[in-house]
Amino acid sequence: MAETETAETRVPEYPGVRDGQCPFAPPAELLEQGKPLFQARIWDGSTPWIVTGHAAQREILSDPRVSVNEKLPGFPYPTQAMAETVDHRPLTIFNADGADHVRIRRMMTAPFTRNRMEKLRPAIQEFTDELIDRMLAGPNPADLTTALSLPLPSLMICELLGVPYADHGFFQEHATVAVKRDATAEESLAGMQALGGYLTQLLQTKMAEPGNDVLSDFAARVKAGELELPDATLLAMVLLIAGHETSANMITLGTAALLENPDQLELLRTTEDPAVVANAVEELLRYLTIPHLGQRRIALEDIEIAGETIRAGDGIIVSLPAGNWDPEAFPEPERLDLTRAARHHHAFAWGAHQCLGQQLARIELQVVYSTLYRRVPTLRLAVDRDELEFKGDSLAYGVYELPVTW
Amino acid sequence: MKIVVDEEKCVAAGQCVVAAMDVFDQRDEDGIVVLLNENPPPRLAGDVRQAAAVCPALAISIED
Repeated sequence: MAETETAETRVPEYPGVRDGQCPFAPPAELLEQGKPLFQARIWDGSTPWIVTGHAAQREILSDPRVSVNEKLPGFPYPTQAMAETVDHRPLTIFNADGADHVRIRRMMTAPFTRNRMEKLRPAIQEFTDELIDRMLAGPNPADLTTALSLPLPSLMICELLGVPYADHGFFQEHATVAVKRDATAEESLAGMQALGGYLTQLLQTKMAEPGNDVLSDFAARVKAGELELPDATLLAMVLLIAGHETSANMITLGTAALLENPDQLELLRTTEDPAVVANAVEELLRYLTIPHLGQRRIALEDIEIAGETIRAGDGIIVSLPAGNWDPEAFPEPERLDLTRAARHHHAFAWGAHQCLGQQLARIELQVVYSTLYRRVPTLRLAVDRDELEFKGDSLAYGVYELPVTW
Repeated sequence: MKIVVDEEKCVAAGQCVVAAMDVFDQRDEDGIVVLLNENPPPRLAGDVRQAAAVCPALAISIED
């Protein structure tokens, strides 16, 4: 009996707590289990498998016996609100497997090809310079998040989708609720409904007066009978929400991390080589891994992996930050080294569900990191590091504000 | 070096184009991989191997 109790108490808690002194590091208990996957207790008391090893993550995320179907019993929901609202969530790229997933994803991929994103680079550069001009002309200190990190991705996704930027306050608010870990079911449903109503109306406008943007493309598909209006609304909502917080947090948190590593910041500030900048972006993506609460999956069949057996019906959580700090894949992972080979990181996940907007994110980050520190060489924190408030409660990791001075 | 791509598996992440833009492209209509050169010259071998390694859908295979 005593032994059972001991075994019980030894089950680690997930997601665990980060060390306040090392806010960029994943929680220590995820890295110190000595094996690439283990069971841990989550908010609802269940004990899904937590996959932390980089190689094991690749196996799991490309295994057809592993599903994203959140309607299956035993699925490890990230929050209570997500669990309670599951029946309200239609099929999207996030919860569809196999042929359904391919069908939906291929309606969304065209605007995000590498070449189309590369064509946006001059516009991204222009917006970045304008936002920096405005920050430098305004009060000093300033909050980098509101001055640059949020408006830049917001402007770009609006431009791409054909959503009026004037409305960004409205959908930024609802997009934020969508990724907040402690949002109630009511809050998250109300947010989705408000956003859905707005986008449906916009799609109807684009059916009558199409422009050269993604919503007009969806509107044309609706007109041609290839897509239902509610489904088009949903596709648009996914793109709008996903395009916001993720890049924004990379800009803010990346700056915080670079300010703590002045030699690395110097490398980025002085290089003229786009390949060095591109590599730096990959390393910062690895080091920071914004989607930090884990990719949620469920096993459809028994799976043997790394000496363990995941049973059919077991929940699986792939901890991307832990995989990106696996010393087998990245020696001395705690060291931010902008010159290391880091392109095999999992910051955009892995497998068929890998991030759709990753080429947009890469170019946004390449432009910002190669512009901000060069244009503002005296940039530094305006508060003590200890005063920064980290977003442990959000699906996307980051800091709420980054007060900077120059 | 001979390259084979699997369009069915491809998820249009664009990773192969970043790694080896002389060898891979994406279809305009849905971003699916287009193989520009199935027998690339040896000087591109490193880039092609990198492309295969970073493809999240494992849609690129190389036959030596």
